[in-house]
Amino acid sequence: MHVLTIEGLRRPGLGPFDLALAPGQCTVLMGPSGAGKSLFLRMIADLDPNDGAVRLGDQRRERMAAPDWRRLVTYVAAESGWWADIVGDHFARSAPVAPYLPRVHLPADALEWPVSRLSTGERQRLALLRAIAQQPAALLLDEPTSALDPEAAAGVEGILRELRAQGIVLLVVSHDPAQARRLADRMLYLEGGRLTVDAAAADGAAAATAAR
Amino acid sequence: MQYIPITYVDVATAAVLVMLNAALSFALQLGIDRQILVSALRTVVQLTLVGLVLKTLFALASPWLTLLAVTVMILAASTEVASRQDQRFKRWWNFSLGAGAITLATVLVTLFTLTTHIRPSPWYDPRYSIPLVGIVLGNTMNAVSLGLNGMLTAAMRERAAIEARLALGADRFAALKPFMRRSLRAGLIPIVNQMSAAGLITLPGMMTGQILAGMDPTDAVKYQILILFLLAGGAGIGVFAAVYASAWRLTDERHRLRLDRLRPAETAGRRRG
Repeated sequence: MHVLTIEGLRRPGLGPFDLALAPGQCTVLMGPSGAGKSLFLRMIADLDPNDGAVRLGDQRRERMAAPDWRRLVTYVAAESGWWADIVGDHFARSAPVAPYLPRVHLPADALEWPVSRLSTGERQRLALLRAIAQQPAALLLDEPTSALDPEAAAGVEGILRELRAQGIVLLVVSHDPAQARRLADRMLYLEGGRLTVDAAAADGAAAATAAR
Repeated sequence: MQYIPITYVDVATAAVLVMLNAALSFALQLGIDRQILVSALRTVVQLTLVGLVLKTLFALASPWLTLLAVTVMILAASTEVASRQDQRFKRWWNFSLGAGAITLATVLVTLFTLTTHIRPSPWYDPRYSIPLVGIVLGNTMNAVSLGLNGMLTAAMRERAAIEARLALGADRFAALKPFMRRSLRAGLIPIVNQMSAAGLITLPGMMTGQILAGMDPTDAVKYQILILFLLAGGAGIGVFAAVYASAWRLTDERHRLRLDRLRPAETAGRRRG
């Protein structure tokens, strides 16, 4: 269980960001569309060129091969990607995924389905399970329930709470203020390339987002 | 070896067939009578010039002029590959990546056969090296073009799949593997088809030419088999180099997909439209 520390993380038009995310805490990131929330998560995962330092405990991102870093600090995009025909081929053979399936309202044989048969919501849930199955130390989730009905979203939130209890660092982008209130130990607000950590400001922003 | 020379009068009477095409187009209002005549004229002019150039090159047999001719041929093929892509790398990468793959494959294959099989004296004798480069180049160009196109199109279309894999901790070549395989296959299938069809569905042009030129058919066949194997080698080396080089350029040392190294899509679209 390690703190995810971000120091001077920036790219043109975004940042610099300084932030420490504690293990066993869920941080919800909100902000208007196009503010760079996804880019911020992608920068932490080193998926786009960026400057600055990120470390997990004493493991420095810059000293690690990028693939090793991403297995520790895993980003899950809002739009999921699939590279094989069958769902199960996207999971490691020994991945502990079966117990999670009913909790996100998917049947036990979902791993045998062809990807082409999946709905957007099914894809989103399976993409999350795919990341969880690798047991990362930190999860960067980009709108993990945007395509889900309330029931399935509640299932996902339940899993996130459980991961939090296991001491995983959680950073979740959400557009849903109600969800943010349910999940967040801490709220962040991103606008104009800057992060606001102030809880009151984040609440106000959440209200503004809701009004929109 | 005995061949029946043809005269310019023979060529002129054969042009009657082209006139027939033009007349058909005119009568049926196909609207391509002009194109037919212009293309026939281009054939005459271009090939006559090439004939003169080759005659001069063969007579001089200079290594430097031969090298110059080969360089011009490779540059022309590289320009063709660079202009065929739907998606393009920015700046000079678009040209140089295809040019590198084409040069590597063509030079290796031609040198191999010149030093191992045909062994003219001197080894660079333009009468052998230039036609060999020409035939290998045409084929390699197609393979490289298909391979590059496959990779760049996949990078744009399959961005979500590639990045999902990278985000889960795959290295860049693992993340691109399905698309590299697909692009390699696309580049190799034409030569496989060509070899399968040889002699049954098509009589290869070079073999036909040698038979008409009086060569014994079994000798012409040996030559043709050699050439098809050279083409397979050129296509294989070319598409392999093009696919690996583009995979390398589409990603960076931190295993990120770098679509910012491609030209914006609307530029490519405008060029096509």
